[in-house]
Amino acid sequence: MISLLLILIPLLSGIASFFFKKENAAKGWALLSSFATVAVSILGLTILNKTELLQFKCNWLPGLGSSFSIRLDGMGQLLCLLTAISFPLIFIATWNRTYRNAHNFFALMLLSQAGLMGVFLAMDALLFYFFWELALIPVYFLSSIWGAERRIAATFKFFIYTFVGSLLMLIGLIYIHSLTPDRSFDIRSFYAVAIDNKTQHWIFWLMFVAFAIKIPVFPFHSWQPDTYEQSPTAVTMVLSGIMVKMGLFAVIRWLLPVLPSASFAYGEKMISMWVIVGMIYASLLAWRQDDMKRLIAYSSIAHLGLMVVAIFSESEIGMQGVMIQMFNHGINILGLWVIVEILERKYGTRKLSELGGLAQKAPAMAIFFVVVALANIALPLTNAFVGEFMMFTGIFTSSMSEYEMITVPAAGITIILGAIYTLRMVQKVIYGNTNALTETGTDIGYNEKLVLGIIVILIIAGGIYPQAFLSLTEETTKFILNEANIYPSLGK
Amino acid sequence: MKNVLEFSYLIPLFPLIGFLITGLGRKYLSRPLTGIIGSGVILISFLLSVWIFFQVKEGNSGVVSYFNFISAGSLKIPFSFQIDALSSLFLLIITGVGFLIHVYSASYMHHESKEHFARYFSYLNLFVFSMLLLVMGGNFVILFIGWEGVGLCSYLLIGYWFKNTEYNYAARKAFVMNRIGDLAFLIAIFMIIAKVGSVNFGDVFSAEGLQKLAPSATIITLLLFVGATGKSAQIPLYTWLPDAMAGPTPVSALIHAATMVTAGIYMIARSNLLYSLSETTQNIVAYIGLATALLAATIALKQNDIKKVLAYSTVSQLGYMFLALGVGAYTAAIFHVMTHAFFKALLFLGSGSVIHAMSGEQDIRNMGGLSKKLKITFFTFLIGCLAITGIPPFSGFFSKDAILLAAFEHDERGKILILYSISLFTALLTTYYMFRLLFITFTGKFRGTQEQEHHLHESPALMTIPLIVLAVLAAIGGFIGIPEVFVKGGDRLTPFLSKVIATNHEPVSRSTEFFLMGLSGVLVVATIIFTWFRFKNYQPKEDKGFGKVLENKWYVDELYDKIIVNPLNKLAGFLNNFFERFIIDGIVNGVGRAVNYSSRQLRLLQSGQVGSYVLLMVLSILLLLLYQFFIKK
Repeated sequence: MISLLLILIPLLSGIASFFFKKENAAKGWALLSSFATVAVSILGLTILNKTELLQFKCNWLPGLGSSFSIRLDGMGQLLCLLTAISFPLIFIATWNRTYRNAHNFFALMLLSQAGLMGVFLAMDALLFYFFWELALIPVYFLSSIWGAERRIAATFKFFIYTFVGSLLMLIGLIYIHSLTPDRSFDIRSFYAVAIDNKTQHWIFWLMFVAFAIKIPVFPFHSWQPDTYEQSPTAVTMVLSGIMVKMGLFAVIRWLLPVLPSASFAYGEKMISMWVIVGMIYASLLAWRQDDMKRLIAYSSIAHLGLMVVAIFSESEIGMQGVMIQMFNHGINILGLWVIVEILERKYGTRKLSELGGLAQKAPAMAIFFVVVALANIALPLTNAFVGEFMMFTGIFTSSMSEYEMITVPAAGITIILGAIYTLRMVQKVIYGNTNALTETGTDIGYNEKLVLGIIVILIIAGGIYPQAFLSLTEETTKFILNEANIYPSLGK
Repeated sequence: MKNVLEFSYLIPLFPLIGFLITGLGRKYLSRPLTGIIGSGVILISFLLSVWIFFQVKEGNSGVVSYFNFISAGSLKIPFSFQIDALSSLFLLIITGVGFLIHVYSASYMHHESKEHFARYFSYLNLFVFSMLLLVMGGNFVILFIGWEGVGLCSYLLIGYWFKNTEYNYAARKAFVMNRIGDLAFLIAIFMIIAKVGSVNFGDVFSAEGLQKLAPSATIITLLLFVGATGKSAQIPLYTWLPDAMAGPTPVSALIHAATMVTAGIYMIARSNLLYSLSETTQNIVAYIGLATALLAATIALKQNDIKKVLAYSTVSQLGYMFLALGVGAYTAAIFHVMTHAFFKALLFLGSGSVIHAMSGEQDIRNMGGLSKKLKITFFTFLIGCLAITGIPPFSGFFSKDAILLAAFEHDERGKILILYSISLFTALLTTYYMFRLLFITFTGKFRGTQEQEHHLHESPALMTIPLIVLAVLAAIGGFIGIPEVFVKGGDRLTPFLSKVIATNHEPVSRSTEFFLMGLSGVLVVATIIFTWFRFKNYQPKEDKGFGKVLENKWYVDELYDKIIVNPLNKLAGFLNNFFERFIIDGIVNGVGRAVNYSSRQLRLLQSGQVGSYVLLMVLSILLLLLYQFFIKK
């Protein structure tokens, strides 16, 4: 019931929003709907043990062996919570923006939220695919209608990229479906199916490329900086805070346990090395960006890369690190986008070369910015440190690893580069002297203080007491790793 | 009954509360109130530390665990504190010296606006909190939290005057260079987890833990040492510390002299059992320490900024401490940390008093003859100089002597007196540059502007009282470690630390020890006299040749820029401007264009004419048949 509500609330209120006339009514409606989702999501956390309330199943396409089956497990709880919390924060942070045809804008945002919830809840492969597309299509419209100047080119690239990916994934899913003994899309059938090594390997690449585009993994990343740059910031927030997690989530839920031997064969040796090269590459590029949106986009590529490596380490601590880091990264990058949104609205620019000296004019914003930036470089006592520390430990100590003395130091270089580009950004924006543009700057308003305050509290709380989240996902982690384990005797 | 040590969480808690109050209330708190709160919380921590110290002295030490910080799989990392001789001693230094510097700051920073004044105090409180976490942490992860925390505070305080772009770069440089060391530290932690499965000091340094670590002790200790070179400013990562002088002077005293930079020494002393497993690492530590001590001392000879001289002197003294660690004299290193905290904090605060009197001037070429107007500052500064050069019975004598002696003992085993002779030579350089600084600043004629001369005044009591207290400590602080040759049982430090630090050295003979002390004493006094004749009538002049190389710090910064920073920058530029644009995006767009093109061509096939469809069908069937017959056998 809870799980169904998580999809239905945004879905129905999104459809309803198409019929609103006034802009403020649509805004208020969207905010109200997102609050309701948060309430339901938190309610879900409190009734962990009553599984009958957390799952829902009914017939959908029985002929194809697919059913409408959704369930809220630990990992789903965490990601649904992230999705639920993010939307009201996004709505409040961008409250002062006006949109043409606002009712359509908010309707599409809510539909996308429904799709995201579905992705994290689906326990049926076809249903998963359906929600995957439901989450993406509204974003395509949002970016191409409400985006910046070069939006058409950017969203076209994004569209082609993700649809090629989706198609590859669909082929993979259907093929696995054909191999299941009961011809079912159900997740249990998918986990139970035994696929011979050779077949596993090519399906693995079909699916992995699909998810790699979404995450994104170097060299499939070039849609991301362009799309982030050209989309309205509210949409960029959804894309980078939550939507990129779909790729990671899919690897954990639909790739690792379904194709264990291929994941093992390619994960540690090939993909990890390649992803780490991509992390360093993205970090170096982040250093040279002038546009904050592009800088954050590249920084995000580096951070997500580490999560991919940690997933393929197939160790419990590494996987647990990925779980909380998926949540933490969403919160932290949201904080960065809120800052970007404020700067862009007040000064009309996101260029580091044109900003400066804002610590004098906007001290409250400067403090929030510094805290979020510190979370971005994973300083201890911020949430990201816990995640990164656990992921690195997992990669290093995993029984799957053979090259930890190469991979960990190489990936660690991004810790140093991360400090360089993040502090460069902080310095160029808030330190130094004011210029003609920032001379008349003012501090942030109450709505922004509220949003950033919540984000900072989540950052610090997650950095001091991560155990609350860790115990939430522990069971899922153990289950997935058990399913993915090709040598039960190796079990570590 | 619960162990009273559980209340030790109050020690870091008070500075944290101070940070929150002064930080959040910066718009509402008046400056005196901020000063009282900011210093008051440190005073409370100090009193608690004294209490803890006596608990430890009576034998009540141990680990207190509060909650599980991270627990996943088989790894459990508790949030725990280790209260023992080593940490309790550091607690006293941090909170004691820290309190004096807070009091001093209240007066030194009085011209700042209310908000910035409170911001300053909140950073300072946060620093003390982090530093306390660092030394109290019961495992490597809590230590690391404090470790990076102090790095952050250092970054914030170096860049405290954030309008100045140069200061911001100095702050960033400090953070990034520390991060390089931190990465090595982290990898060492991962290795320890991989081998022992725990990060708790109790497990890692147990007989069983050490046995598991023994095969890779060298690499782990080296990585930890790289971490220490970042935080404690040793070759090759020392160049951030002199630039860190951009921060307010009391910050230099507290963070960049007395406490934070000794974190590396603390960490290695804490891991002494592990370090003792690897002779290779110990030798590297000793030689890096020695090289740093010498290099920094040579640079200090030619610096003209009063704070820069003290900064290089700090790097050099830290080198001594690493030398001590490397030769296994852990207690001597800790002893020197303590005395150095007293006299270097004193010297820095004294320089602050000078800068204050000179209305912000830091160049000693524009000073001179200040002893007449700044009597207290001069006398306390003189005591600081006597202490750092090791004139008996000032504190530096005892601790430096212990290090020199340990170097000599180490040399005796290896039959060449290299460590001892170079460290003695460095001690003479130290004497030279410190007394050069003293004479140029305080004696002779005043060389500044008339306006500056008119403004010259002794600092207010809030600044001079900490100077006097520190001067007393710098004078008598060495008496807790009087060598056994003078007084039987005079060395109270070694027995106190014996539970944490294993000592296993054969002492040299009494006569040798007396001879060595006499030798260094005579040479140091001779150097002071030599320096006096050189600088009593000082006139600034341009340096040439080798002097210029020293003045420019051996061009190390320029070298780093050339071989690391610039190439990396160029590579990033190339990737951004060429690779990303033309290769990655080029391929993507190329694929797009190819699809576009081919679909346009393919469109011709769907002409709608039945005839062409039939033709294609027939051709395809033919191809299939050919495939079946000839290729697929």
